[in-house]
Amino acid sequence: MTTTTIAAPVRSVSQPSQGNRLSWAVSDVMTITWRNLLALTRTPEALFFTTLQPIMFVLLFTYVFGGAIHVPGGHYIQFLMPGIFVQTVIFGAMSTAAGLSEDLHKGLIERFRALPMSRAAVLAGRTTSDVVRNVFVVILITAVGYAVGFRIGTNVAYFLCGVLLILFFAYSLSWGFAYIGLSAPNAETAQVMVFPLIFPLLFASSAFVPIRYMPGWLQAFAYHQPVTQVVNAARSLMVGGVLHDAGAVDAALLWCAGLLVVLAPAAVRKYRKVA
Amino acid sequence: MTNSSTRSLAVEAHDLVKVFPRGQVRALDGVSLEVEEGTVLGLLGPNGAGKTTAVRILSTILGPDSGHATILGHDVVKEADTVRRVIGLAGQYAAVDENLTGRENIHMVGRLSHLSRKVSARRADELLEDFGLAGAGDRVLKTYSGGMRRRLDLAAALVANPPVLFLDEPTTGLDPQSRQALWVAIEDLVREGTTVLLTTQYLEEADRLARDIVVIDHGRVIAEGTPAQLKADLGTSVVSVTLGDRSAVAEAVELLTPFSEKPPLVEDSVIELTVTDGPKAGAEVLRALDGAQVAIAGLALREPSLDDVFLSLTGHKTTIDDETEESAKPKRGLGRSRKSDVADGKDAA
Repeated sequence: MTTTTIAAPVRSVSQPSQGNRLSWAVSDVMTITWRNLLALTRTPEALFFTTLQPIMFVLLFTYVFGGAIHVPGGHYIQFLMPGIFVQTVIFGAMSTAAGLSEDLHKGLIERFRALPMSRAAVLAGRTTSDVVRNVFVVILITAVGYAVGFRIGTNVAYFLCGVLLILFFAYSLSWGFAYIGLSAPNAETAQVMVFPLIFPLLFASSAFVPIRYMPGWLQAFAYHQPVTQVVNAARSLMVGGVLHDAGAVDAALLWCAGLLVVLAPAAVRKYRKVA
Repeated sequence: MTNSSTRSLAVEAHDLVKVFPRGQVRALDGVSLEVEEGTVLGLLGPNGAGKTTAVRILSTILGPDSGHATILGHDVVKEADTVRRVIGLAGQYAAVDENLTGRENIHMVGRLSHLSRKVSARRADELLEDFGLAGAGDRVLKTYSGGMRRRLDLAAALVANPPVLFLDEPTTGLDPQSRQALWVAIEDLVREGTTVLLTTQYLEEADRLARDIVVIDHGRVIAEGTPAQLKADLGTSVVSVTLGDRSAVAEAVELLTPFSEKPPLVEDSVIELTVTDGPKAGAEVLRALDGAQVAIAGLALREPSLDDVFLSLTGHKTTIDDETEESAKPKRGLGRSRKSDVADGKDAA
């Protein structure tokens, strides 16, 4: 009869110091961001076609619709470009929904749940990597805009403020898309679920046409919804002049902050529930 | 007879209950189990028995509706964060990132387990080497075979040297060679002192790896013990008769039924009888068949396998394929049926 007195392996469990908690949470967000961006570079086709889309919108509106649309100041490209920026980042935020949905259904988030990482890092990392991607796309679109005649009407500092505002808007919005991504049964559905939401917001706004040509009831909606406010603010900052809309910047910032405050906790709560 | 008092428990679960609201599935209906430190517990059961749910609760992914569980003394609900620091999880759905390389996957899990960049990178090198993936380490996972993915999944689970490892059907859908390779890897880990809780549908796997076995079905523990105990509890042997002529099966079954304690199992021209005294029954069977002039091609006497244990416990074979486990995990996508998993989830792309 053998006696089992083998010493059980004692492995100490390192306890994180409380001060470390925050730095680890930041590190977790960075790791997830890194991973998302890396994944993005591994599917260059997706990146190529998602940037091709806004370029085609620029060309479409400039050369096809532009001539028929009368805007204050008379230069449609000046009117259009801030709208295109906003449209681009909104479409980009759609990938937040699809990406999260994919992680969820491929079991990756399940693995994350069994790791000692920050709970919110999966969402924060996703929205952060989307901002990074948006910066890249905005630079590209600016170049395309310049090629077809867009010029900064204010100065570079104001222009950059406009870009920051648009990125802020996209960031806030991506939490809402994260929520949708977590609710969708799969990545493909996530993408189509997002569409009916962003379509009216984007097209019933001042992004492509002045809203004063819309019927009265639609004007009321169009003027008071966030996309219009953000586009108007972006025009004020990037182009100015006749397109300046006093108060739009404040309204836009309020919208962005408000959306973030509402959507981020909702997404986190949803994440806790489904993952 | 086991002096368990000298060794402590790595995993302890008491009366775990989990009901999934969708379809009112009682995935776990009061499951208790214990895993001694440094040993392997095989959690055995058919699809939908509740194995995966048990692992998800023990690995803090899911909260139990009632009951409690501890890992190395830490409560899986109240001290979930501490538990996550001492466990590794690898499963039937190799939870790896398709777009990253093998090395990047391990590194990511290492960083999220809060290893320093340097340690994490070093561990990635070591693990890729250990699991025979050194050459494939810098390839994107999309190019990996099913077996390679599982090995990588296991490697990633080990990055932080967890003393307790949960393996949820680690070899389901793998070819025999890949299965062997994973078994050897798991045996190595156990030799080094890792505690393993392994769920499996393969009795052979449990027989080879597990010191103790817990059999669950419909969310309840229906048997537990060592493989030898479970077989001994059955207290029977199997007489397996192969007939020379298939057309004689009906006649032979009628002839042999009185010798068997349960209705004989018939598969092609093989008839299996459950008997208490093997040698005696074997002789009687021969005599009876000879007397009736039924030609036999073979006769074998064997101790019960875990398969027999399982059959007698659950009333069904392990290979039945109901999809209740799917409904027990309502958050899974549609493309995740077991059959597609054999093709290693490529469909999920």
